[in-house]
Amino acid sequence: MLRWLIGGGREPQGLAEKSSVQTIGEEQIQNPYTELLVLKGHQDIVRFLVQIDDCRFASAGDDGIIFLWNAQTGEKLFELHGHTHKITAIAPFSSSDVSEEKNLFIITASADRTVIVWDCTSGRQVQKVSCFHSTVKCLTVLQRLDVWLSGGSDLCVWNRKLDLLCKTSHLTDAGISALVELPKNCVAVAVGKELIIFRLCPSSNGSEGWNVLEVKRLVDHEDNILSLVSVNDLTFVTGSHVGELIVWDALDWTKQASECNFWDSSVHPDAQPEIKLSQSPNETSVQHLTSDGECVFAAVGKGIYVYNLQMKRVIACQRTAHDSSVLHIEKLPNRQLISCSEDGSVRIWELREKQQLPAEPVPTGFFNMWGFGRANKQANQTAKKMQENTPMYFLELVGDLIGHSSAVQMFLYFGELGLATCSADHLIILWKDGERESSLRSLTLFQKLAQNGDLQLKL
Amino acid sequence: MIGAPDVVAFTREEELEDDLYREPPLPEEYSVPLFPFAGHGANPWAKVASSKFTRDFILISEFSEQVGPQPLLTIPDDAKVSGTFDLNYFSLRIMSVDYQASFVGHPPGSAYPKLNFVEDSKVVLGDSKEGAFAYVHHLTLYDLEARGFVRPFCMAYISADEHKIMQQFQELSAEFSKASECLKTGNRKAFANELEKKLKDLDYTRTVLHNETELQKKANDKGYYTTQAIEKANELASVEKSIIEHQDLLRQIRSYPYRKLKDSEFHPYDPECALGQADAGCDQDPAPPDPAEPGEMHLYTHIPSYTPKLIKAKSAKCFDKKLKTLEELCDVYFFTQTLDQLHHIERTFRGDVCYLLTEQISRALLKQQSVTNFLFEDMSFLEEKPHEKQYRSCQGLGQDATDGKCLEESLAPKVVISLGSYKSSVECVPIKMEQEMQDSEEPKMSESVTSEHQENLDYLDADLKGSISSGESIEVLGTEKPGLTKSESQASLPVMPSPQAGRSKVGSRRTVSEDSIEVLSTCPSESLIPEDFKASYPSAINEEPHADSDAEGGLRFAPRLSPGSAHDDDNDDISKQESLVQVDAACCIGKESPNFLEPLPELGQKEDGVVRIPPRPYRAAEQGLRGGFPSHDGVSGGLLPYELDSRYLSGSRELSKSSLDECSDSTSHISSAASTCSDRTPSPARPACQPGDRHRKRAGQNALRFIRQYPFAHPAIYSLLSGRTLVVLGEDEAMVKKLVTALSIFVPNCGAYAKPVKHWVTAPLHLVDFQKWKLIGLQRTVSPAGVNVLHALSRYSRYLSILDADSKTLRCPLYKGSVVARLADHRTQIKRGSTYYMHVQSILTQLCSKAFLFTFCHHLHLPISEREPEESVVSRRMNFLKLQLGLANEDVKIVQYLAELLKLHYIQEQGQGGNPLLRFDYVPSFLYKI
Repeated sequence: MLRWLIGGGREPQGLAEKSSVQTIGEEQIQNPYTELLVLKGHQDIVRFLVQIDDCRFASAGDDGIIFLWNAQTGEKLFELHGHTHKITAIAPFSSSDVSEEKNLFIITASADRTVIVWDCTSGRQVQKVSCFHSTVKCLTVLQRLDVWLSGGSDLCVWNRKLDLLCKTSHLTDAGISALVELPKNCVAVAVGKELIIFRLCPSSNGSEGWNVLEVKRLVDHEDNILSLVSVNDLTFVTGSHVGELIVWDALDWTKQASECNFWDSSVHPDAQPEIKLSQSPNETSVQHLTSDGECVFAAVGKGIYVYNLQMKRVIACQRTAHDSSVLHIEKLPNRQLISCSEDGSVRIWELREKQQLPAEPVPTGFFNMWGFGRANKQANQTAKKMQENTPMYFLELVGDLIGHSSAVQMFLYFGELGLATCSADHLIILWKDGERESSLRSLTLFQKLAQNGDLQLKL
Repeated sequence: MIGAPDVVAFTREEELEDDLYREPPLPEEYSVPLFPFAGHGANPWAKVASSKFTRDFILISEFSEQVGPQPLLTIPDDAKVSGTFDLNYFSLRIMSVDYQASFVGHPPGSAYPKLNFVEDSKVVLGDSKEGAFAYVHHLTLYDLEARGFVRPFCMAYISADEHKIMQQFQELSAEFSKASECLKTGNRKAFANELEKKLKDLDYTRTVLHNETELQKKANDKGYYTTQAIEKANELASVEKSIIEHQDLLRQIRSYPYRKLKDSEFHPYDPECALGQADAGCDQDPAPPDPAEPGEMHLYTHIPSYTPKLIKAKSAKCFDKKLKTLEELCDVYFFTQTLDQLHHIERTFRGDVCYLLTEQISRALLKQQSVTNFLFEDMSFLEEKPHEKQYRSCQGLGQDATDGKCLEESLAPKVVISLGSYKSSVECVPIKMEQEMQDSEEPKMSESVTSEHQENLDYLDADLKGSISSGESIEVLGTEKPGLTKSESQASLPVMPSPQAGRSKVGSRRTVSEDSIEVLSTCPSESLIPEDFKASYPSAINEEPHADSDAEGGLRFAPRLSPGSAHDDDNDDISKQESLVQVDAACCIGKESPNFLEPLPELGQKEDGVVRIPPRPYRAAEQGLRGGFPSHDGVSGGLLPYELDSRYLSGSRELSKSSLDECSDSTSHISSAASTCSDRTPSPARPACQPGDRHRKRAGQNALRFIRQYPFAHPAIYSLLSGRTLVVLGEDEAMVKKLVTALSIFVPNCGAYAKPVKHWVTAPLHLVDFQKWKLIGLQRTVSPAGVNVLHALSRYSRYLSILDADSKTLRCPLYKGSVVARLADHRTQIKRGSTYYMHVQSILTQLCSKAFLFTFCHHLHLPISEREPEESVVSRRMNFLKLQLGLANEDVKIVQYLAELLKLHYIQEQGQGGNPLLRFDYVPSFLYKI
């Protein structure tokens, strides 16, 4: 395509050619997203999307503005101004009041060292805290305890009324990079290379007060912990910058399993040499982790890996799922996986069981000759190693969404309503199922006709 | 462009028939009757040899009191247009028809000169020798220095096509009325200014004279007055009288809008109160206007400071003084506005009458398609023309009156064409306001014709005689009843139908006039009178024009109805009614307002006392196309309100005069040489003059070229029709823009705004651009920036079809449907851009109707019952598209896309603009090369 455009016989410096990224072409039968809405409003990189309820979501980014959107119509509901610097964390916070009415709030933290609570119904600022010594980098709401935690250079515990209940001592200058709730009133906090477990204890004196105690420090990672995800009540997983993935027991905080460098191409000596040469730590860093309880899906560098917790190994992978780092990854209910990347694209994958073909056991050398750079062949080989009698999986690309002109920071899956993606090009795109939208419009049309009384035959 | 191709066929794009032969037959109402004389080798578009001008034009003439009728200017202002056509001669003709010429001065029984607020008269006349037919709009402007303070002018729309004049009469009349109103408004303003200056002069003069007289008195202590002193005193007295007169004039002119306003209030569309109202009107008008009252007042108060001059005792009304030009007569602003309006008229009515009529039908129909017309139609015409708006806004004066008129105008077309319109030939005896007060009491013949009146009358007669006798080949095709057109001279003859009236009211027409004067009558449907029928009235014009001037009403000539005419009775009836109407009018004499016509609203005329002649355009067009003519059944019923008044009946001999041939066999009529001529402009379509037209023509031309030149035109057009953005990529801006223009006619609008077309872009495209634009011209550069542009294209290639104008390649999805093949057949025989444009529009209109059907079929989109699975709805939908609508393959997507646009448009109609959607498909693209 590009070659044709540039035209004139010259050999194109084909990016596409050199890249080993799997492409799907223009025919994507399984891709339901055939309609899109561009939501404009932000003036800088949009980094966060957070779902408020069934049909609303909030977006925030480097311009310090928070927008509330209707996910169905794309209508801009509110524009929340209050922060003077970029937003660093955002969390939804629902509180059931005495009045039974469910109040929806969002908490936002910004580089201006403030945290603001917004009312999503009225679009007003409820409260603002500005007593922080450093930027709050993560926010977690412990719905069960009706408190929320902010993580900056220290960890603070707040109640709904924004009273500071307790705080830890100064932990780090760099700030807390990740925070996850664990059972038994514990939280795991990623601070640099360390993983610290804190426990919240009811304070002895006050009725509502909490004390926060450091319980354990885990120093198994060799590099900064970038991602931290709770799989279930029993396990949580961490990933680090150099590609270590450790599975922890959530109760006694012991290391259950670890995969180290398993995505390093050196493990597969037959992998493309030139990629190995250019490999930097960035390409092995675990950017994001997600889990469906059974598997952990890791966005590692440009690739996506599926780690089965029971089998304790990677069951499928796509070494170069994108042209650039994968920034966010999410598992859909229907065995599908969506990933977004710095290259501006969003891809939809499906985890499929591989057919046990009789011709399957082909010598590796064959792939060396023919399968150069084919990522799914890598998956084959990964799978082939444990060929015995375990099912084999692979990630099939079923569709890609191209719309953003810059890195897609995050996305939010709204089920039927579609998919919202946000990007460094200041845009949010709502991807929708065109068929569904069309029939919805028909419905609206006939409702309006009936309303206008145009359905009656006029004589 | 509904039905455009049919019209195209009608206007000699015979080649198109190839394309159309497969089409289902047209509904009867749209089908065009075969030209009845086709068998004789006649060509309906044959030029009439006798006409000496190349195309229609507008002529403004003045009946100058110094040099007689003279042409002032033509629009377009181009000597080529009028060619060898003798403007002077024609001015003479058209001015001589102005029987309303107003003579102001000292009416009997009035101490001061009075202004006549004369309504315009609208006349159709033809000159078969010249091959010219004209709509003539007479108006009078005030000029303090002119005789009787009035200067008669006329604006004439001159065409070689009689049909055009007759069928477009109403439109012409409406448009010219606007122009005239504009002129007159400006004129009143200027006249008031003039009067004020004059008053200041007089005042100053009086002061000077007074002083002199005083001085003389002082200096003169002999007990008697010297002749000098007496002279001075006389002079002083005459100046004072003059002041009073001028003050009165000023009051009159200022009160005009007020009066108009009252009149318009007095124009209820209630036939019942018509007569009473007319009477009331009589009472009303003469009421001395309250100088302080008029709302117009303030408009005249703003007058630049003026240094008074001394006025000589005798103001010289000599021929050596220079009369004001038209521009001076009116405010410059209003004059230019008028010219604009006239240019607008000229543009509007250019071209063949068939085209005009079709256009009108199309518009009328399009306006009804409120749901789908936004897709491919130019929405601008649905709104009020900006020109009119401008005009209205500029009309500071008499606003209400004009508005009232507009209202009436808009109502008028609804009136069914009926015999009532023949009433246009009815003459009313105009009487001056003051007189009508007296006269209306006894509208019978007041024998008291003062000598002064007689003089005037004589003058008038002389005038008329002159014009008549000189009018060797004049055919007065029709005249419209001016509301109050009569001069005061005639006012003194209240009941007496004026000679002009008789002449103009002739109900029949002759093909060939023995005495070269053909009064063709003014009926709207007049033109429909069949030739053979007309021929049966050889004596229709038997009256001697000169003899008509006797005050006896003998001017009415009585055409003999041919024995055996099936319509005799009707005619009789009608003529009776008509005469009644006429006489009634006489009893309301002097109403300067058209009030007396009000009783006939259902007859289809009115509006400032002007009887509207022609049928309303829509119907006329329809009928014209059908080849049938309106039946006049029940028409006479419409006249019932006018009960016979024996007084008048007995007095008028013309009962039978009106041979209102409402016969319906009209085709033979065409055989008259004059009437067969069609427009001189050979092009079936209007010459591209309006911006829209020009654009269409060019776009059509370019599109034709594109289709012939590029074998892959079909998939490209399919892309546009299915909402996939097409990018035209090229280095040469002109070439790219040309392609974009060509393709733009295929782009559906997304809303009631401009087409989603961007002619030239140099920056890399973004997703947002594809939402906004469906057709983009993109610059290809070799610079690094250009590479970015190409990268963006490559990145978003799934949303795009890319036409590379340099290498002549196209990358876009496959198209296998049939709609586009009909739309863009590279072997098409169509040669003209505008024709092709219409062809495209007609096919697109078909598509629109399919999309409309698809969109608004409930069960195609929603389940019939609650339990019905979605799949069965989907399959029903696809069946409908494929079987019912007969769409093949990708054509389905076109209709689906259009349906989606319709839905969006309908849903968002009232609400918020809504976010622009981008819909797309994941379909593979192919590369086409030449």
